Amino acid sequence: MTSYDIVIVGGGPAGLAAAVSAKKAGTDSILIIERDKELGGILNQCIHNGFGLHTFKEELTGPEYAYRFIQQVYDLGIEYKLDTMVMDISTEKVVTAMNRTDGMFQIKAGAVILAMGCRERPRGALNIPGYRPAGIYSAGTAQRLVNMEGYMPGREVVILGSGDIGLIMARRMTFEGAIVKVVAELMPFSGGLKRNIVQCLDDYGIPLKLSHTVVDIEGKERVSAVTIAEVGPDMKPIPGTEERYTCDTLLLSTGLIPENELSRNAGVSINPVTNGPVVNEILETSIPGVFACGNVLHVHDLVDYVSEEATRAGENAAKYVQNGCKDQDGGKIIQLKATDGARYTVPCTINPERMDDLLTVRFRVGAVFKDSYVSVYFDDERVMHKKKRIMAPGEMEQVILQKKKIDEKPDLKTITIKIEAE
Amino acid sequence: MEKRNLTCIGCPMGCQITVEFEGEEVFSVTGNTCAIGDKYARQEVTHPERTVTSTVVVVGGAKERTSVKTNANIPKDKIFQCMEEINQVRAQAPLKIGDVVIKGVCGTDVDVVVTKNCEIA
Repeated sequence: MTSYDIVIVGGGPAGLAAAVSAKKAGTDSILIIERDKELGGILNQCIHNGFGLHTFKEELTGPEYAYRFIQQVYDLGIEYKLDTMVMDISTEKVVTAMNRTDGMFQIKAGAVILAMGCRERPRGALNIPGYRPAGIYSAGTAQRLVNMEGYMPGREVVILGSGDIGLIMARRMTFEGAIVKVVAELMPFSGGLKRNIVQCLDDYGIPLKLSHTVVDIEGKERVSAVTIAEVGPDMKPIPGTEERYTCDTLLLSTGLIPENELSRNAGVSINPVTNGPVVNEILETSIPGVFACGNVLHVHDLVDYVSEEATRAGENAAKYVQNGCKDQDGGKIIQLKATDGARYTVPCTINPERMDDLLTVRFRVGAVFKDSYVSVYFDDERVMHKKKRIMAPGEMEQVILQKKKIDEKPDLKTITIKIEAE
Repeated sequence: MEKRNLTCIGCPMGCQITVEFEGEEVFSVTGNTCAIGDKYARQEVTHPERTVTSTVVVVGGAKERTSVKTNANIPKDKIFQCMEEINQVRAQAPLKIGDVVIKGVCGTDVDVVVTKNCEIA
Protein backbone atom coordinates (compact mmCIF):
# COMPACT_ATOMS: atom_id res chain seq x y z
CA MET A 1 0.00 0.00 0.00
CA THR A 2 1.34 3.44 -0.89
CA SER A 3 1.11 6.16 1.69
CA TYR A 4 0.84 9.93 1.73
CA ASP A 5 0.90 12.35 4.62
CA ILE A 6 -2.24 14.06 3.37
CA VAL A 7 -4.84 12.73 0.93
CA ILE A 8 -7.33 15.30 -0.33
CA VAL A 9 -10.59 13.97 -1.74
CA GLY A 10 -11.73 16.38 -4.43
CA GLY A 11 -9.81 18.77 -6.72
CA GLY A 12 -12.27 21.65 -6.73
CA PRO A 13 -11.77 25.02 -5.07
CA ALA A 14 -11.66 23.54 -1.55
CA GLY A 15 -9.27 20.70 -2.38
CA LEU A 16 -6.95 22.97 -4.36
CA ALA A 17 -6.70 25.63 -1.64
CA ALA A 18 -6.22 22.98 1.05
CA ALA A 19 -3.42 21.33 -0.95
CA VAL A 20 -1.64 24.62 -1.57
CA SER A 21 -1.77 25.68 2.07
CA ALA A 22 -0.71 22.27 3.41
CA LYS A 23 2.28 22.30 1.08
CA LYS A 24 3.21 25.84 2.07
CA ALA A 25 2.91 24.78 5.72
CA GLY A 26 5.73 22.32 5.12
CA THR A 27 4.08 19.00 4.29
CA ASP A 28 5.42 17.62 1.01
CA SER A 29 3.65 14.30 0.68
CA ILE A 30 0.23 15.32 -0.58
CA LEU A 31 -2.11 13.66 -3.07
CA ILE A 32 -5.26 15.22 -4.54
CA ILE A 33 -7.79 12.72 -5.93
CA GLU A 34 -10.25 14.13 -8.49
CA ARG A 35 -12.96 12.17 -10.27
CA ASP A 36 -13.33 14.56 -13.22
CA LYS A 37 -10.86 14.75 -16.11
CA GLU A 38 -9.40 18.05 -14.92
CA LEU A 39 -8.80 20.01 -11.73
CA GLY A 40 -11.05 22.94 -10.83
CA GLY A 41 -14.33 21.28 -9.93
CA ILE A 42 -17.56 23.17 -10.43
CA LEU A 43 -15.66 26.39 -11.25
CA ASN A 44 -14.90 24.98 -14.70
CA GLN A 45 -18.54 25.32 -15.69
CA CYS A 46 -19.12 28.62 -13.85
CA ILE A 47 -17.91 30.77 -16.75
CA HIS A 48 -19.67 33.91 -15.45
CA ASN A 49 -17.69 36.54 -13.58
CA GLY A 50 -17.86 37.79 -10.03
CA PHE A 51 -15.46 35.35 -8.38
CA GLY A 52 -12.51 36.42 -6.29
CA LEU A 53 -13.47 39.93 -5.20
CA HIS A 54 -12.40 39.11 -1.64
CA THR A 55 -9.38 36.93 -2.44
CA PHE A 56 -7.83 38.68 -5.43
CA LYS A 57 -9.59 42.08 -5.33
CA GLU A 58 -10.72 41.63 -8.91
CA GLU A 59 -13.67 40.01 -10.64
CA LEU A 60 -12.68 36.74 -12.23
CA THR A 61 -14.67 34.07 -14.03
CA GLY A 62 -14.85 30.61 -12.45
CA PRO A 63 -12.19 29.02 -14.68
CA GLU A 64 -9.83 31.96 -14.10
CA TYR A 65 -10.31 31.73 -10.34
CA ALA A 66 -9.67 27.98 -10.40
CA TYR A 67 -6.54 28.45 -12.50
CA ARG A 68 -4.99 30.78 -9.91
CA PHE A 69 -4.95 27.76 -7.60
CA ILE A 70 -4.24 25.10 -10.25
CA GLN A 71 -1.14 27.09 -11.27
CA GLN A 72 0.06 26.97 -7.66
CA VAL A 73 -0.54 23.21 -7.52
CA TYR A 74 1.65 22.85 -10.63
CA ASP A 75 4.32 25.27 -9.37
CA LEU A 76 4.51 23.59 -5.94
CA GLY A 77 4.74 20.14 -7.55
CA ILE A 78 1.72 18.79 -5.69
CA GLU A 79 0.67 15.33 -6.91
CA TYR A 80 -2.81 14.69 -8.19
CA LYS A 81 -4.75 11.89 -9.84
CA LEU A 82 -7.53 12.69 -12.33
CA ASP A 83 -10.40 10.46 -13.52
CA THR A 84 -10.09 8.73 -10.17
CA MET A 85 -12.98 7.92 -7.89
CA VAL A 86 -12.61 7.41 -4.16
CA MET A 87 -14.75 4.44 -3.16
CA ASP A 88 -14.13 4.33 0.56
CA ILE A 89 -12.34 6.01 3.43
CA SER A 90 -11.86 3.83 6.49
CA THR A 91 -11.80 5.03 10.07
CA GLU A 92 -8.07 4.17 10.01
CA LYS A 93 -7.70 6.60 7.09
CA VAL A 94 -7.09 4.02 4.39
CA VAL A 95 -8.42 5.52 1.16
CA THR A 96 -9.67 3.07 -1.48
CA ALA A 97 -9.89 4.53 -4.98
CA MET A 98 -10.06 3.35 -8.58
CA ASN A 99 -9.37 4.51 -12.10
CA ARG A 100 -8.84 3.04 -15.57
CA THR A 101 -5.05 2.81 -15.45
CA ASP A 102 -4.37 1.73 -11.85
CA GLY A 103 -7.53 -0.28 -11.26
CA MET A 104 -8.50 -0.44 -7.60
CA PHE A 105 -5.84 0.69 -5.14
CA GLN A 106 -5.43 1.72 -1.52
CA ILE A 107 -3.52 4.53 0.09
CA LYS A 108 -2.67 4.94 3.75
CA ALA A 109 -3.14 8.57 4.68
CA GLY A 110 -1.73 10.38 7.72
CA ALA A 111 -4.54 12.90 7.41
CA VAL A 112 -7.52 13.11 5.07
CA ILE A 113 -9.14 16.32 3.88
CA LEU A 114 -12.73 15.91 2.74
CA ALA A 115 -13.36 18.35 -0.12
CA MET A 116 -16.01 16.56 -2.20
CA GLY A 117 -18.32 19.54 -2.56
CA CYS A 118 -22.03 19.11 -2.99
CA ARG A 119 -24.58 18.04 -5.54
CA GLU A 120 -27.93 19.32 -6.62
CA ARG A 121 -31.25 18.26 -5.17
CA PRO A 122 -32.83 16.13 -7.90
CA ARG A 123 -36.43 15.94 -9.08
CA GLY A 124 -36.92 12.72 -7.14
CA ALA A 125 -36.41 14.63 -3.90
CA LEU A 126 -39.05 17.23 -4.74
CA ASN A 127 -42.23 15.21 -5.23
CA ILE A 128 -43.32 17.13 -8.34
CA PRO A 129 -46.40 15.55 -9.86
CA GLY A 130 -46.74 14.95 -13.58
CA TYR A 131 -45.08 12.92 -16.31
CA ARG A 132 -41.38 12.08 -16.42
CA PRO A 133 -40.36 13.11 -19.92
CA ALA A 134 -36.97 14.22 -21.27
CA GLY A 135 -36.22 17.90 -20.80
CA ILE A 136 -35.99 18.10 -17.01
CA TYR A 137 -32.51 19.03 -15.85
CA SER A 138 -30.91 20.27 -12.70
CA ALA A 139 -29.58 23.77 -13.36
CA GLY A 140 -26.00 22.63 -12.89
CA THR A 141 -26.38 19.84 -15.45
CA ALA A 142 -27.70 22.38 -17.94
CA GLN A 143 -24.78 24.64 -17.05
CA ARG A 144 -22.27 21.89 -17.80
CA LEU A 145 -24.00 21.04 -21.09
CA VAL A 146 -24.07 24.65 -22.29
CA ASN A 147 -20.73 25.89 -21.01
CA MET A 148 -18.47 22.85 -21.32
CA GLU A 149 -20.02 20.38 -23.74
CA GLY A 150 -21.53 22.97 -26.07
CA TYR A 151 -25.10 21.64 -26.15
CA MET A 152 -28.34 23.57 -25.61
CA PRO A 153 -30.73 21.64 -23.34
CA GLY A 154 -33.79 23.35 -24.86
CA ARG A 155 -35.36 26.48 -26.32
CA GLU A 156 -38.28 27.39 -24.08
CA VAL A 157 -37.50 27.17 -20.42
CA VAL A 158 -39.26 27.25 -17.05
CA ILE A 159 -37.07 27.29 -13.95
CA LEU A 160 -38.14 25.99 -10.54
CA GLY A 161 -36.15 27.42 -7.66
CA SER A 162 -34.27 30.68 -7.49
CA GLY A 163 -30.89 29.39 -6.37
CA ASP A 164 -27.94 31.18 -7.89
CA ILE A 165 -27.20 28.50 -10.48
CA GLY A 166 -30.77 28.70 -11.78
CA LEU A 167 -30.58 32.49 -12.02
CA ILE A 168 -27.22 32.35 -13.79
CA MET A 169 -28.62 29.77 -16.22
CA ALA A 170 -31.66 31.94 -16.95
CA ARG A 171 -29.29 34.59 -18.31
CA ARG A 172 -26.95 32.13 -19.96
CA MET A 173 -29.72 30.40 -21.91
CA THR A 174 -31.18 33.79 -22.85
CA PHE A 175 -27.76 34.73 -24.28
CA GLU A 176 -27.80 31.55 -26.35
CA GLY A 177 -31.21 32.30 -27.81
CA ALA A 178 -33.57 30.45 -25.48
CA ILE A 179 -36.71 32.03 -24.04
CA VAL A 180 -36.90 31.76 -20.27
CA LYS A 181 -40.55 32.19 -19.40
CA VAL A 182 -40.64 32.25 -15.62
CA VAL A 183 -38.72 31.41 -12.46
CA ALA A 184 -40.93 29.94 -9.72
CA GLU A 185 -39.71 29.97 -6.11
CA LEU A 186 -41.51 28.04 -3.37
CA MET A 187 -40.33 30.32 -0.57
CA PRO A 188 -41.52 33.92 -0.13
CA PHE A 189 -37.91 35.03 -0.69
CA SER A 190 -35.23 34.10 -3.19
CA GLY A 191 -32.37 31.81 -2.25
CA GLY A 192 -30.14 33.64 -4.70
CA LEU A 193 -27.96 36.72 -4.41
CA LYS A 194 -29.66 40.07 -5.06
CA ARG A 195 -27.24 40.95 -7.80
CA ASN A 196 -28.10 37.74 -9.66
CA ILE A 197 -31.83 38.48 -9.49
CA VAL A 198 -31.26 41.92 -10.99
CA GLN A 199 -28.60 41.06 -13.57
CA CYS A 200 -29.93 37.64 -14.63
CA LEU A 201 -33.71 38.11 -14.45
CA ASP A 202 -34.66 41.81 -14.30
CA ASP A 203 -32.21 42.71 -17.09
CA TYR A 204 -34.04 40.38 -19.48
CA GLY A 205 -37.58 40.85 -18.20
CA ILE A 206 -37.80 37.31 -16.78
CA PRO A 207 -40.50 37.20 -14.06
CA LEU A 208 -39.67 35.77 -10.63
CA LYS A 209 -42.75 34.35 -8.93
CA LEU A 210 -42.20 33.94 -5.20
CA SER A 211 -44.38 31.50 -3.20
CA HIS A 212 -45.00 29.48 -6.36
CA THR A 213 -44.25 25.89 -7.24
CA VAL A 214 -44.65 23.43 -10.09
CA VAL A 215 -47.90 21.45 -9.83
CA ASP A 216 -47.85 19.65 -13.18
CA ILE A 217 -45.44 18.59 -15.90
CA GLU A 218 -46.93 17.65 -19.27
CA GLY A 219 -45.36 15.71 -22.13
CA LYS A 220 -44.69 12.02 -22.59
CA GLU A 221 -41.50 11.99 -24.69
CA ARG A 222 -40.42 15.56 -24.06
CA VAL A 223 -41.66 18.29 -21.73
CA SER A 224 -44.45 20.19 -23.50
CA ALA A 225 -45.83 22.37 -20.70
CA VAL A 226 -45.36 23.13 -17.01
CA THR A 227 -48.07 24.42 -14.68
CA ILE A 228 -47.17 26.49 -11.64
CA ALA A 229 -49.40 27.64 -8.80
CA GLU A 230 -49.15 29.94 -5.84
CA VAL A 231 -48.63 28.32 -2.44
CA GLY A 232 -50.14 29.44 0.84
CA PRO A 233 -48.36 29.81 4.18
CA ASP A 234 -48.71 26.03 4.58
CA MET A 235 -46.65 25.61 1.36
CA LYS A 236 -49.62 23.90 -0.31
CA PRO A 237 -50.78 25.03 -3.77
CA ILE A 238 -53.80 27.35 -3.75
CA PRO A 239 -56.50 26.07 -6.10
CA GLY A 240 -57.40 28.52 -8.85
CA THR A 241 -53.94 30.13 -9.04
CA GLU A 242 -52.57 27.73 -11.67
CA GLU A 243 -50.75 29.18 -14.68
CA ARG A 244 -49.69 26.97 -17.58
CA TYR A 245 -46.52 27.64 -19.57
CA THR A 246 -45.76 25.80 -22.79
CA CYS A 247 -42.06 24.92 -22.78
CA ASP A 248 -39.64 22.14 -23.71
CA THR A 249 -37.36 22.38 -20.69
CA LEU A 250 -37.68 22.55 -16.92
CA LEU A 251 -34.59 23.48 -14.93
CA LEU A 252 -34.41 22.71 -11.22
CA SER A 253 -32.40 25.00 -8.97
CA THR A 254 -33.75 23.86 -5.65
CA GLY A 255 -30.78 23.56 -3.39
CA LEU A 256 -27.48 21.83 -2.88
CA ILE A 257 -26.71 18.85 -0.68
CA PRO A 258 -23.18 18.23 0.63
CA GLU A 259 -21.91 14.96 -0.78
CA ASN A 260 -21.06 12.98 2.35
CA GLU A 261 -21.49 9.31 1.50
CA LEU A 262 -17.75 8.75 1.98
CA SER A 263 -17.76 10.71 5.24
CA ARG A 264 -20.71 8.72 6.61
CA ASN A 265 -19.12 5.39 5.68
CA ALA A 266 -15.94 6.47 7.42
CA GLY A 267 -17.98 7.06 10.58
CA VAL A 268 -17.84 10.86 10.57
CA SER A 269 -20.65 12.52 12.58
CA ILE A 270 -22.97 14.57 10.38
CA ASN A 271 -24.80 17.74 11.40
CA PRO A 272 -28.46 17.21 10.37
CA VAL A 273 -28.93 20.93 9.64
CA THR A 274 -26.04 21.36 7.20
CA ASN A 275 -25.79 17.72 6.09
CA GLY A 276 -22.07 18.26 6.49
CA PRO A 277 -19.63 16.88 9.07
CA VAL A 278 -19.61 18.19 12.63
CA VAL A 279 -16.25 19.96 12.95
CA ASN A 280 -14.25 21.60 15.71
CA GLU A 281 -12.24 24.84 15.65
CA ILE A 282 -9.54 23.33 13.44
CA LEU A 283 -12.14 21.95 10.95
CA GLU A 284 -11.46 18.42 12.13
CA THR A 285 -14.38 15.99 12.02
CA SER A 286 -15.34 13.50 14.71
CA ILE A 287 -12.48 11.29 13.44
CA PRO A 288 -9.10 12.72 14.48
CA GLY A 289 -7.01 13.58 11.42
CA VAL A 290 -9.97 13.77 9.06
CA PHE A 291 -10.69 17.37 8.12
CA ALA A 292 -13.48 18.92 6.04
CA CYS A 293 -13.79 22.16 4.10
CA GLY A 294 -15.80 23.82 1.35
CA ASN A 295 -19.27 22.80 0.24
CA VAL A 296 -18.96 19.29 1.65
CA LEU A 297 -18.88 20.93 5.07
CA HIS A 298 -21.69 23.44 4.47
CA VAL A 299 -22.93 25.11 1.30
CA HIS A 300 -21.20 28.45 0.69
CA ASP A 301 -22.38 31.30 -1.50
CA LEU A 302 -18.95 32.74 -2.23
CA VAL A 303 -15.99 30.68 -3.40
CA ASP A 304 -13.69 33.13 -1.65
CA TYR A 305 -14.95 31.81 1.68
CA VAL A 306 -14.41 28.24 0.48
CA SER A 307 -10.78 29.01 -0.32
CA GLU A 308 -10.28 30.73 3.02
CA GLU A 309 -11.83 27.83 4.95
CA ALA A 310 -9.89 25.24 2.93
CA THR A 311 -6.65 27.11 3.53
CA ARG A 312 -7.21 26.68 7.27
CA ALA A 313 -8.08 22.99 6.83
CA GLY A 314 -4.85 22.48 4.87
CA GLU A 315 -2.73 24.21 7.50
CA ASN A 316 -4.37 22.25 10.30
CA ALA A 317 -3.94 18.93 8.50
CA ALA A 318 -0.25 19.76 7.97
CA LYS A 319 0.11 20.57 11.66
CA TYR A 320 -1.60 17.27 12.53
CA VAL A 321 0.81 15.13 10.47
CA GLN A 322 3.81 17.15 11.63
CA ASN A 323 2.80 16.35 15.20
CA GLY A 324 3.09 12.65 14.42
CA CYS A 325 -0.63 12.25 13.69
CA LYS A 326 -1.38 12.47 17.38
CA ASP A 327 -4.39 14.36 18.55
CA GLN A 328 -2.83 17.25 20.50
CA ASP A 329 -5.91 17.12 22.61
CA GLY A 330 -6.52 17.86 26.21
CA GLY A 331 -8.32 20.83 27.54
CA LYS A 332 -11.97 21.51 27.62
CA ILE A 333 -14.49 21.69 24.82
CA ILE A 334 -16.91 24.60 24.46
CA GLN A 335 -20.14 23.90 22.57
CA LEU A 336 -21.35 26.35 19.92
CA LYS A 337 -25.11 26.65 19.54
CA ALA A 338 -27.35 28.42 17.04
CA THR A 339 -30.85 29.40 18.19
CA ASP A 340 -33.57 32.02 17.57
CA GLY A 341 -33.25 32.38 13.84
CA ALA A 342 -29.63 31.22 13.49
CA ARG A 343 -29.74 27.74 11.96
CA TYR A 344 -26.29 26.30 12.52
CA THR A 345 -22.71 27.21 13.20
CA VAL A 346 -19.44 26.03 11.68
CA PRO A 347 -17.51 25.00 13.72
CA CYS A 348 -19.71 23.21 16.28
CA THR A 349 -17.17 23.09 19.12
CA ILE A 350 -14.13 25.04 20.26
CA ASN A 351 -11.12 23.87 22.22
CA PRO A 352 -9.74 27.21 23.46
CA GLU A 353 -6.23 25.79 23.79
CA ARG A 354 -6.05 25.02 20.10
CA MET A 355 -7.96 27.98 18.68
CA ASP A 356 -6.24 30.83 16.86
CA ASP A 357 -6.34 34.35 18.30
CA LEU A 358 -9.32 35.06 16.06
CA LEU A 359 -11.83 32.43 14.98
CA THR A 360 -14.42 33.05 12.27
CA VAL A 361 -17.71 31.30 13.04
CA ARG A 362 -19.99 31.06 10.00
CA PHE A 363 -23.74 30.57 10.16
CA ARG A 364 -26.96 31.07 8.25
CA VAL A 365 -30.30 32.49 9.29
CA GLY A 366 -33.57 30.69 8.65
CA ALA A 367 -35.66 33.64 7.43
CA VAL A 368 -35.27 37.25 6.30
CA PHE A 369 -34.46 39.56 9.25
CA LYS A 370 -34.49 43.34 8.91
CA ASP A 371 -32.91 45.72 11.43
CA SER A 372 -32.13 42.88 13.78
CA TYR A 373 -29.16 42.01 15.94
CA VAL A 374 -26.67 39.18 15.84
CA SER A 375 -26.00 38.35 19.48
CA VAL A 376 -23.33 36.13 20.96
CA TYR A 377 -23.81 34.75 24.47
CA PHE A 378 -21.09 33.24 26.64
CA ASP A 379 -23.37 30.97 28.68
CA ASP A 380 -26.02 33.49 29.90
CA GLU A 381 -23.99 36.63 29.36
CA ARG A 382 -24.40 38.61 26.14
CA VAL A 383 -20.93 39.53 24.90
CA MET A 384 -21.64 40.69 21.35
CA HIS A 385 -24.64 42.54 19.97
CA LYS A 386 -24.31 43.76 16.43
CA LYS A 387 -27.03 45.40 14.38
CA LYS A 388 -27.54 44.17 10.82
CA ARG A 389 -29.82 45.99 8.43
CA ILE A 390 -30.64 42.81 6.62
CA MET A 391 -29.96 39.11 6.94
CA ALA A 392 -31.31 36.53 4.51
CA PRO A 393 -31.03 32.74 4.24
CA GLY A 394 -29.17 33.08 0.94
CA GLU A 395 -26.31 35.08 2.44
CA MET A 396 -23.89 33.48 4.86
CA GLU A 397 -23.22 35.42 8.06
CA GLN A 398 -20.23 35.36 10.37
CA VAL A 399 -19.03 36.45 13.79
CA ILE A 400 -15.41 36.57 14.87
CA LEU A 401 -14.54 35.22 18.33
CA GLN A 402 -11.41 36.33 20.16
CA LYS A 403 -9.38 33.76 22.05
CA LYS A 404 -8.48 36.25 24.77
CA LYS A 405 -12.17 36.92 25.50
CA ILE A 406 -12.83 33.19 25.79
CA ASP A 407 -9.75 32.71 27.98
CA GLU A 408 -11.18 35.27 30.40
CA LYS A 409 -14.02 32.83 31.15
CA PRO A 410 -12.44 29.61 32.40
CA ASP A 411 -15.86 28.11 33.26
CA LEU A 412 -17.45 28.83 29.86
CA LYS A 413 -19.45 25.87 28.57
CA THR A 414 -21.63 27.12 25.75
CA ILE A 415 -21.39 29.91 23.20
CA THR A 416 -24.77 30.72 21.66
CA ILE A 417 -25.43 32.71 18.50
CA LYS A 418 -28.95 34.08 18.13
CA ILE A 419 -30.86 36.70 16.21
CA GLU A 420 -32.64 39.29 18.38
CA ALA A 421 -35.10 42.04 17.48
CA GLU A 422 -33.47 44.45 19.89
CA MET B 1 -39.07 63.15 -17.85
CA GLU B 2 -38.65 59.39 -17.42
CA LYS B 3 -39.15 57.48 -14.18
CA ARG B 4 -37.61 54.08 -13.54
CA ASN B 5 -37.75 51.62 -10.63
CA LEU B 6 -34.60 49.67 -9.85
CA THR B 7 -33.50 47.13 -7.28
CA CYS B 8 -30.14 48.12 -5.86
CA ILE B 9 -27.47 45.40 -6.06
CA GLY B 10 -25.08 47.08 -3.62
CA CYS B 11 -25.96 44.74 -0.75
CA PRO B 12 -28.58 42.14 0.25
CA MET B 13 -30.99 44.92 1.34
CA GLY B 14 -32.01 45.31 -2.29
CA CYS B 15 -33.49 48.80 -1.84
CA GLN B 16 -36.25 49.66 -4.30
CA ILE B 17 -34.96 52.84 -5.89
CA THR B 18 -36.93 55.26 -8.05
CA VAL B 19 -34.97 57.44 -10.44
CA GLU B 20 -36.37 60.44 -12.32
CA PHE B 21 -34.22 61.39 -15.28
CA GLU B 22 -34.15 62.61 -18.81
CA GLY B 23 -31.37 61.51 -21.12
CA GLU B 24 -28.12 62.02 -19.25
CA GLU B 25 -29.64 64.23 -16.60
CA VAL B 26 -30.79 62.68 -13.30
CA PHE B 27 -33.31 64.78 -11.37
CA SER B 28 -33.92 62.62 -8.34
CA VAL B 29 -32.95 59.32 -6.74
CA THR B 30 -35.28 58.12 -3.97
CA GLY B 31 -35.78 54.91 -1.99
CA ASN B 32 -32.09 54.19 -1.49
CA THR B 33 -30.76 54.07 2.06
CA CYS B 34 -27.11 54.77 1.34
CA ALA B 35 -24.70 56.40 -1.10
CA ILE B 36 -24.03 53.11 -2.93
CA GLY B 37 -27.64 53.08 -4.11
CA ASP B 38 -27.45 56.63 -5.38
CA LYS B 39 -24.31 55.91 -7.41
CA TYR B 40 -25.69 52.64 -8.74
CA ALA B 41 -28.98 54.23 -9.82
CA ARG B 42 -27.31 57.13 -11.65
CA GLN B 43 -24.94 54.81 -13.52
CA GLU B 44 -27.73 52.37 -14.29
CA VAL B 45 -30.09 54.89 -15.93
CA THR B 46 -27.45 56.84 -17.84
CA HIS B 47 -24.73 54.31 -18.81
CA PRO B 48 -25.73 50.75 -17.88
CA GLU B 49 -22.84 48.36 -18.51
CA ARG B 50 -22.24 44.63 -18.14
CA THR B 51 -19.45 42.11 -18.57
CA VAL B 52 -20.45 39.40 -21.06
CA THR B 53 -19.23 35.84 -20.59
CA SER B 54 -19.76 32.96 -23.01
CA THR B 55 -17.89 30.25 -24.89
CA VAL B 56 -16.27 30.05 -28.33
CA VAL B 57 -15.68 27.13 -30.65
CA VAL B 58 -12.05 25.90 -30.60
CA VAL B 59 -10.40 24.45 -33.71
CA GLY B 60 -7.79 21.73 -33.18
CA GLY B 61 -8.10 21.81 -29.41
CA ALA B 62 -8.29 19.12 -26.75
CA LYS B 63 -11.77 20.47 -26.07
CA GLU B 64 -14.56 21.57 -28.43
CA ARG B 65 -14.92 24.98 -26.85
CA THR B 66 -13.45 27.23 -24.24
CA SER B 67 -14.82 30.06 -22.14
CA VAL B 68 -14.39 33.78 -22.86
CA LYS B 69 -15.31 37.16 -21.41
CA THR B 70 -15.26 40.83 -22.35
CA ASN B 71 -12.19 42.19 -20.57
CA ALA B 72 -14.19 45.22 -19.42
CA ASN B 73 -17.85 46.19 -19.27
CA ILE B 74 -19.69 46.94 -22.50
CA PRO B 75 -22.89 48.99 -22.88
CA LYS B 76 -25.84 46.87 -21.83
CA ASP B 77 -27.68 47.42 -25.13
CA LYS B 78 -24.77 45.80 -27.02
CA ILE B 79 -24.94 42.47 -25.17
CA PHE B 80 -26.77 40.54 -27.90
CA GLN B 81 -24.66 42.05 -30.68
CA CYS B 82 -21.62 40.98 -28.67
CA MET B 83 -23.04 37.44 -28.40
CA GLU B 84 -23.46 37.30 -32.18
CA GLU B 85 -19.82 38.23 -32.69
CA ILE B 86 -18.72 35.68 -30.07
CA ASN B 87 -20.72 32.97 -31.81
CA GLN B 88 -18.86 33.64 -35.10
CA VAL B 89 -15.45 32.99 -33.51
CA ARG B 90 -13.42 29.89 -34.48
CA ALA B 91 -10.37 30.07 -32.23
CA GLN B 92 -7.24 28.08 -33.06
CA ALA B 93 -5.74 25.99 -30.24
CA PRO B 94 -3.63 26.31 -28.18
CA LEU B 95 -5.33 29.07 -26.21
CA LYS B 96 -4.23 30.64 -22.95
CA ILE B 97 -6.12 32.73 -20.41
CA GLY B 98 -6.03 36.32 -21.65
CA ASP B 99 -5.59 35.54 -25.38
CA VAL B 100 -7.68 37.97 -27.44
CA VAL B 101 -10.27 36.30 -29.70
CA ILE B 102 -12.13 39.48 -30.70
CA LYS B 103 -10.37 42.84 -30.78
CA GLY B 104 -12.74 45.74 -30.11
CA VAL B 105 -16.06 43.90 -29.87
CA CYS B 106 -19.13 45.77 -31.24
CA GLY B 107 -17.00 48.78 -32.16
CA THR B 108 -15.98 49.38 -28.55
CA ASP B 109 -12.40 49.35 -27.30
CA VAL B 110 -13.19 46.24 -25.23
CA ASP B 111 -11.70 42.88 -26.26
CA VAL B 112 -13.11 39.39 -25.83
CA VAL B 113 -10.48 37.24 -24.13
CA VAL B 114 -10.06 33.57 -23.26
CA THR B 115 -10.75 32.61 -19.61
CA LYS B 116 -9.68 28.95 -19.72
CA ASN B 117 -6.59 27.41 -21.25
CA CYS B 118 -7.11 24.95 -24.11
CA GLU B 119 -4.30 22.65 -25.25
CA ILE B 120 -3.78 21.28 -28.77
CA ALA B 121 -5.58 17.99 -29.34
